[in-house]
Amino acid sequence: MEVSQHKTGTTTLQLVLAWGFVGIPLALGVLQTLINAMKLFQ
Amino acid sequence: MGFLDRSNTIAGPGFNRWMVPPAALCVHLCIGQAYAFSVFNLPMTKLIGITQSAPNDWNLPELGWIFSIAIFFLGVSSAVFGRWVEEGGPRRAMFTAALCWAGGFFLSAIGVYIHNLWIIYIGYGVIGGIALGVGYISPVSTLIKWFPDRPGMATGMAIMGFGGGAFIASPLSVWLMSKFSSPTHVGVAETFIVLGAIYFVFMMVGAIIVRIPPPGWQPQGYTPPVQASKLITTNDVFVYDALKTPQFWLIWWVLCLNVTAGIGVLGQASAMSQEMFPGRITPVAAAGFVGLMSLFNMGGRFFWASTSDYIGRKNTYFVFMVLGFLLYCTVPYTGAVGSVVGFVCAFLVIISMYGGGFSTVPAYLKDMFGTRYVGAIRGLLLTAWSMAGIFGPVLVNYIREYNVTHGVPKAQAYNVTMYIMAALLVIGFICNLLVKAVHQRFHMRPDREAELAQVAVGAAGEPAGA
Repeated sequence: MEVSQHKTGTTTLQLVLAWGFVGIPLALGVLQTLINAMKLFQ
Repeated sequence: MGFLDRSNTIAGPGFNRWMVPPAALCVHLCIGQAYAFSVFNLPMTKLIGITQSAPNDWNLPELGWIFSIAIFFLGVSSAVFGRWVEEGGPRRAMFTAALCWAGGFFLSAIGVYIHNLWIIYIGYGVIGGIALGVGYISPVSTLIKWFPDRPGMATGMAIMGFGGGAFIASPLSVWLMSKFSSPTHVGVAETFIVLGAIYFVFMMVGAIIVRIPPPGWQPQGYTPPVQASKLITTNDVFVYDALKTPQFWLIWWVLCLNVTAGIGVLGQASAMSQEMFPGRITPVAAAGFVGLMSLFNMGGRFFWASTSDYIGRKNTYFVFMVLGFLLYCTVPYTGAVGSVVGFVCAFLVIISMYGGGFSTVPAYLKDMFGTRYVGAIRGLLLTAWSMAGIFGPVLVNYIREYNVTHGVPKAQAYNVTMYIMAALLVIGFICNLLVKAVHQRFHMRPDREAELAQVAVGAAGEPAGA
């Protein structure tokens, strides 16, 4: 049975890229929401 | 397409399991857009009139059905396709979800362009709803298999993404509509096309990097407890056998009641806060309150699911029920004494437990029914969400309406609802109390395991535990 594999394993760069790919948009969205939420205290 | 086969997603040597949470987030952040669909409602009531609604424009109740149909098909598809998702593997499921999600947006763009609402019902509602169901369950069951030592934390991360998807989608959609709009055009169709394309790419990245662990894989340094906890099984239960256990239905009710208690106030938070504190919470402040609730809804998904790894799933739900009961009983008091801070804090904790209820349940199911069919079983459990989606808002809206028409001041119109919510949590507490270990007659036999494992065998090495 054919099996695809990572021959060299996961690199730190791949991890950083993967987490950055999802983390940066999420952080920006949360920041924007937080800014709007601050209106509750104004 | 061999690339999508389950056997071709088995991780090889050196694969780091921390690559899997971003893969799951790629899908959940995209389908979480559903929570932000309301940003299109007002613009879509002005597609013909542009500045204001024309007689032939769609109205809000008609548009409200788009989201309702999508959530309905989320529940249906996760229940119907759950077994297929488990046996076909996460990449096939995530690819299917990406196709359906993007396809739903493209079809909806056509519906907007030719002004046919039925095409949007089918596009975003039916096809997009199927993407929601398939995309919602597939990454989570994969994460549970990769993180047997911290299943709550792992699933909490993914389900947090579903809550967080709206934070990205909402400002992005508004910005895109502003770019595509003109004095003669609203720009919704173009926004749908761009969103569909972005989401397809994003979800495909997740489908490409996702992997499943080889059979028998364990994280480095992790030793499964020799003396298994009574409430954490090491056996698997077949998806349809789970339906025959009282545990499934007890957890179904626990989830349904916890979600009912949260979803009703989530939808009415803005109006409720303004009516309970007239003149003190303005519409602008109420919008801020709703934003803060969304953040706690998202954060609670990670916090409570991670906490459940330490205190246990059953105890986590006990906390939801007891703390929720106390807080719901406190809300009328905060209104009576005019404590805005008390009101806001109470609801922020309540809504964090609403999110936590969603994210802790996959690990609860894994404890009860094993990892093999946990995604499919969870798919069936999500019908509790559909039920709660009807009960929660109905309880809040209709009881408030009844009270107001019978002369109760608006500031006190929600008090009865709060006590009813507290009572629901008492029932949830009893259901949770009754959850015991699944009887061994429901466990899968070794020959059945071997038969099903034929689909998945083929691993050729041990990935890194990370």
